[in-house]
Order: sequence, then structure tokens, then C-alpha cells
Amino acid sequence: MSNELKLILIVDDDADYLFQMELMVKNLGFRVKTAEGQAEAEKVLETIKPDLAIFDLMMEQEDSGFILAYKAKRKYPDMPIIMASAATAETGFNFDLYNENNKNWIKADLYLEKGIRSDQLHREINKLLKL
Amino acid sequence: MATLHVLVVDDEPGIRSGITRILGNYTVGYPFMDEDFDFNLIEAGTGEEAVEILNKQHVDVVLLDNKLPGMDGIEVLEYINKQQFDVAVMMITSYASLDLAIKATKNGAYNFMPKPFTPQELRATIENVAKHLFLKRMTLKMQKEGKQIRFQFLSVLSHELKSPINAIEGYLKMMQEKQMGDKIEDYEKMIDRSLSRLKGMRNLIMDLLDLTKMESGKKERKMREIDLAAISRTSMDTMEPYSIQKNVKMTLKVIGNTYVLADADEMEIIFNNLVSNAVKYNKDNGKVDILIEDKKQSLCVVVKDTGIGMNSEDVTKIFEDFVRIKNSKTKAITGSGLGLSIAKKMVEQYNGTISVESIVDEGTTFTVSLPRQ
Repeated sequence: MSNELKLILIVDDDADYLFQMELMVKNLGFRVKTAEGQAEAEKVLETIKPDLAIFDLMMEQEDSGFILAYKAKRKYPDMPIIMASAATAETGFNFDLYNENNKNWIKADLYLEKGIRSDQLHREINKLLKL
Repeated sequence: MATLHVLVVDDEPGIRSGITRILGNYTVGYPFMDEDFDFNLIEAGTGEEAVEILNKQHVDVVLLDNKLPGMDGIEVLEYINKQQFDVAVMMITSYASLDLAIKATKNGAYNFMPKPFTPQELRATIENVAKHLFLKRMTLKMQKEGKQIRFQFLSVLSHELKSPINAIEGYLKMMQEKQMGDKIEDYEKMIDRSLSRLKGMRNLIMDLLDLTKMESGKKERKMREIDLAAISRTSMDTMEPYSIQKNVKMTLKVIGNTYVLADADEMEIIFNNLVSNAVKYNKDNGKVDILIEDKKQSLCVVVKDTGIGMNSEDVTKIFEDFVRIKNSKTKAITGSGLGLSIAKKMVEQYNGTISVESIVDEGTTFTVSLPRQ
């Protein structure tokens, strides 16, 4: 399989969510590296270049995911980033971080709501990795 | 320096230039204002001219003569109200009849100034208008910020409630799909984690209820003389199962009279938050020492632990809503992030104070001072 060696970095401050995502992505046939927050992820990115990264939005700060994406893209412009968040939708509270202005400087390739199904995630990862 | 734009409307050029001269180099300052006000004077000879200026530029104060050649002062005032300009209008007139006063006040004039006036009278009048405007704008600003804080609280709250739901839902799906095989034992960790997240949610909801009761002010306070030492012992008993697990020793020392006029439930919430933190963030085999001391005018409560402590940056944040210090040492400890913010709000309702001192790896000390009313 061509994606056997692809490494995916998953960052989330919720240990349970991180564990579940790790298992899901491993089951899709990828290697996984995890980090529990922006600070830890930045440390990982210093030495490792993942093939793709999945960031949670609200971690140490409400916008940690965005800041992490900004820094990651500056270091690895060609690494696709998926922003996963539970912050929008059902509650009716929409962050103004999502406005067009911010999308211009935050270089995430895809926004996904948390609770995504395994097959959907697989499709999106394959698309971004051009597999 | 902030500038207030003052439009002087009078058909007599001598009055206009006089006002301009008096206010041109005058400034107004108050101890509670960040900056002083100075004045930029704009002159209009007729009501029509005044309306034109009001439509063209921002004006804070209008000094308005009633007796004007064409459109009169009352008509300008009516126009201002119809357009809902955010200005304070001061009527200047030598014909200050009761009839005019009623008409002008109905139309929202801020005040009157009889003509002729001395420079001192003009300055005193404009000082009052400036104060009125400042307070009005400050109130608006604070209302807006209040809404902003509410919005932030709700966004974070929705996140705090959704995270455990997502986690539990994830585990249930994994079990439903039998991702770890057919044996129930292999799902033990997932079940434990789900139960633990449910417990966390329950605590968050309990804390939210405390907060809502307090903020709505609907809960009737039952004020009576209560013994804080007894309240403290109840909190210690509540935490005992957990302190035994960690082998943390809790002690209570009492100096003098520990009775205070307060609501027992509220005092319990304050003690529960402080004592449970002292145990939760302690090290195994650590200590929690509680001291309640009679200081005559007030009661002083000190809760001192030998726990993991915090750095000075974390110390500044811990009384805010939903703040939890996240590091490797606190990873396994659950909490809503509301406990200390609730404790602080409650202490402040009694005009008391709460403070904290902490040293990383040595421990944390919370000090509460409750005045005796």
C-alpha cells in the first residue's frame, strides 16, 4: 500500500478524543504521532515533518489551533492541515475567528466538525495527500 | 486628551466669539476619568446653518439660543431629536419662560442657561455637560463589554459541555462496532473513561447551578450566626475518601471565635472548593492545613497545601471562569474550571477578599478574609 509510511500528526488537548482519533487513523493504515496541545505540537514539529496534520481549535487558548496552523505552515508550506473543531454548529455560537478575514491568514486546508465518520475522514485525508 | 465638539448657535456674533474665547482654552478633568476633555468650537449664526453642520459632522454639545431669525431654537431641538443625534443640548435664552422650559425639556434639552451669563457660569455649565456625556458613554461601553463577557462565557461553556459528549459518543461507537473484539474486558478502559467524563460533566453542571443561583440573586440567603469550624469539618469529611486514597493528611486549627453571620450553603461552597483543590492538587502523602482565626473585625481562613503549586503566571489567572492550569502534573485531575471563580464571587458578596500564594512543587496557600458586618 502506498500510504503505509504516511505519518499523521494529531493534536488535541482532550486525551480521550486524541486516543479515539489515533485509533481511527491507525486503522485507516497510517502512522500516527500525537501531541496534547499547541506547545507540545510545536516541539514535535521542530524535529519531525508529518505528511499531514490534524489540529483541534480550542486548546491552551481558544485559538491555539489557528496559531499552530500558522506556525506549521510557515515551517512546512506543503503540509496539509485539517482543522477539527467542536466549537461551531449546533450551539449556535459562531466564532468570529471564522470570518473571511481570518481565513486569509490561517492556512488550514480543511475545516471539519468533530465526530466525523471514519470513512469520511479517510476520503478527506486521501484527497489532501493525493493518494 | 479627548476633544468635545461644541456647536454654538446664536445670531449675535459677539456672543459666539465670546463663548469661543472662553471655552477655547478650557479643559475639564475628573479624578475618575482617564483623560481630560478640551473643546473644539464650531459657530452657526442661524438654525438652518446649525442643522447643516449637524448633518455634516459629529457634534457632542449644542449651545442653542432660542431666539433665532428663521428656524428657532425649539425647532432645531425638535430636528435633533427626530434625527436621534447623540448630542447634549443646552438652551441659552434671555426669555426663559416656564412655557419654553417645558417645551424644551419635553424635546430633550439637557439644561438651560440664562443670558447674560458670566464666563464662570458658562464653564460650570459645560463642565456638567462633559461629565454627563462621559458617564453616558461609559455606561454604554460597559453594557457592551458585559455582553461580550457573557458571550465568551457561553462559547467556552458550550465547548466544555461538548467535549465530554464527543468523547463518550466516540467510545460508545467503538464498542458498538466492536473495534476491540468481542470481549467486554477489552473495553474496560473505555468504560472507565466514559464514566469519568460523565462525572466531570455532572460536576460542571453542579458548579454552573451554583453560579446561576449566585448571579441571578434569586436564591434567598439564610443569614444566621454559623460556625465556620463546623463548615470546615463538613468539607473535610466530604473530601476524606479522596484524601485517604492519596494518603493526604488534613488538619484544622481554630483560634478564637469562629462564628460569623453568613449563609451556611454559601460558606460550604467556598470551603468545598478550597479544600477539594488542596487535596486534588496535592502530592501523595501530602498535607492540608486549615486555619480559622478570629481577627475581631474579620474572620481569616487559610487553606495551605503541600501540593504541586503553580508558577506566577498561572496564579494571576486561576480566579477566572473556566481557567484550568494544564500541564503534565494536572493532566489526570478533573475539574470544571469554575470552582475558584465561584469561591471568589461568593467571598466578594460578603465584601471579603481571597488571595493566593504558590510555589511550584512546594504548595499553595489560599487566604480568605470575611469581614464581620
